[in-house]
Amino acid sequence: MRNFSGTYWGSRLASASSALSRMGPTSFSSLRQKRDFSRQLISQFETSPDSLQLDTDSRVAVIGSGPAGSFFSYFLLDMTQRLGMDVHIDIFDPRDFSAIGPAGCNMCGGIISESLVQMLATEGINLPSSVVQRGIESYMLHTDCGSVRIDTPLHEKRIAAIHRGTGPRDVDVKRNQWFSFDRHLQDLAVNKGAHLVRDRVDGLSWQAGRPQLKTRRGALQAYDLLAVAVGVNSASLKVFQELVPGYKPPETTKTFICEYKLEHETIEAYFGDSMHVFLLNLPRLEFAAIIPKGEYVTVCLLGENIDAPLIKAFLESPAVRKCFPPEVSPEIPPCHCSPSINTCAAVQPFGDRFVFIGDSGVTRLFKDGIGAAYRTSKAAAEAAVFRGVSSESFRRHYWPTCRQIDVDNKIGKAIFAWTRLVQKRPHDIRGILRMVSREQRCKGGSPRMSMALWDLFTGSAAYREIIMRAIHPGFIGGLLWNVLAANLPPSRPNAHRRA
Amino acid sequence: METGGLGKVYQDGEVIVRQGEMGNCMYVIQSGKAEVVEEIGGQTVSLAVLGEGDFFGEMAIFEDEVRSATVRAFGAVRVLTVDKKILLRQIQQDPALAFHILEYMCRRVRKLDCELALVKTGT
Repeated sequence: MRNFSGTYWGSRLASASSALSRMGPTSFSSLRQKRDFSRQLISQFETSPDSLQLDTDSRVAVIGSGPAGSFFSYFLLDMTQRLGMDVHIDIFDPRDFSAIGPAGCNMCGGIISESLVQMLATEGINLPSSVVQRGIESYMLHTDCGSVRIDTPLHEKRIAAIHRGTGPRDVDVKRNQWFSFDRHLQDLAVNKGAHLVRDRVDGLSWQAGRPQLKTRRGALQAYDLLAVAVGVNSASLKVFQELVPGYKPPETTKTFICEYKLEHETIEAYFGDSMHVFLLNLPRLEFAAIIPKGEYVTVCLLGENIDAPLIKAFLESPAVRKCFPPEVSPEIPPCHCSPSINTCAAVQPFGDRFVFIGDSGVTRLFKDGIGAAYRTSKAAAEAAVFRGVSSESFRRHYWPTCRQIDVDNKIGKAIFAWTRLVQKRPHDIRGILRMVSREQRCKGGSPRMSMALWDLFTGSAAYREIIMRAIHPGFIGGLLWNVLAANLPPSRPNAHRRA
Repeated sequence: METGGLGKVYQDGEVIVRQGEMGNCMYVIQSGKAEVVEEIGGQTVSLAVLGEGDFFGEMAIFEDEVRSATVRAFGAVRVLTVDKKILLRQIQQDPALAFHILEYMCRRVRKLDCELALVKTGT
């Protein structure tokens, strides 16, 4: 028989054995006794300390200082400091987010969802007005059949439009008043006590079960925990993919982002504090958005393999043209990119003394990537501090958060399949527009469609919640009635007066 | 012109929460100041002036009681609302989210203890 003494499973078996001896003879006279024993046994497995733990003077390496890396460092330090532990964190990132253009950019639409803004405020992380380039208070939904405005439930700016870096490549350096969002989070982590190392990690080896990192400048250091927080567009991900056992990176698709530089007054007049979203009948386009910011508007296209003909068709479509002043050309502006985004979660994003967080683990489908970075990095930090840094600890206490997001994304795919179907059916689109416009006019009722679309566009709620709203009989009945009413032939003028 | 402020702006003297009303949210000050006042026996007593990053109305999150005091803008103030339903659901999923609120409430209790001690000693 295999000897487990001194191993992870050995300690758990010893705890279970102790529980067994406290229970007395293991002949169960009743079902209740058997259940109590099972509970006690399970509790031993739940509460026994992990064999791999962080202690005072433990060293943690974080690769990447985007939102996931910075949030992880911030929360891990916050929790260990509350426990009176002095843990050392090195964040490795050669990028400088205060640089203009691609050098400091993380290629993202740059929206902080309503729920994340509230959670961060509750955590004591407030976003200053130098980072938030515009507070969003409403959405304009554009379709091939018309447009409708959806206001925030509280008429309050609770969605933040930001630039991940300091700004697009053609930003006026002298006039620029904005601060990078990623730099803001990086500063929070550094002010909490993390050490920022401006070097690229290009090698990983394992020494006595501990990860040992090699940097481009040749430094070699061993750590008690490695947190990989690189994006799916980073070359560093390949290094870890090859050297970390069992890990398979997330599946991705291409998207498109570009930045139009406009006068401040033009943005006020044409876009205001509204994010513009588009459900157009263009093949392979799932969703598109125009996000107003300080002196720019960001255009984002999400879908299946976004290519040049699709981008051209979108930018030249009447629904998009009417959003811009006539003098703005539908040409692709100088600052544009085609980054990859996740469509599926990574396989086995954890192991003994390592964890993948943010995009390299799992993120939300099409929306709220920064919110997913916050959730996964905090769950990983909590697991590491309170439960241990073994594979088993991350499987029990980190993976459920990832799995919840991944399952929700599958529901999201079903919702986007439905919107794709609706986009091709003008009768349905007219019904949706009618339902939303009536809900927005009649305050005080149940704005079922407005709330479902609001949550779908803002990423504030899980896709599961959106589908629960959509299967409500009131929602289905309201939609059917509005589709019918919107497509009835118009009544003759003054007919009701004569009647 | 500032475009990036989050939340809602209240002008000087404008009431944000009113004593005696039911509440279903708490507030976080983004910029500016707010004054907490309590009406006792027809008199208005100023309890505190809150600044950037401070919370108020957080008791409504954890108990089903009416607002214990009125909070009004002290100059122009920008305030972010945090919904009770969203916050409680998040705390249920991630109890560590309550750490900062608890820490803030502990500081407030500590400050009240000091003030009570001063009142009792008559200094």
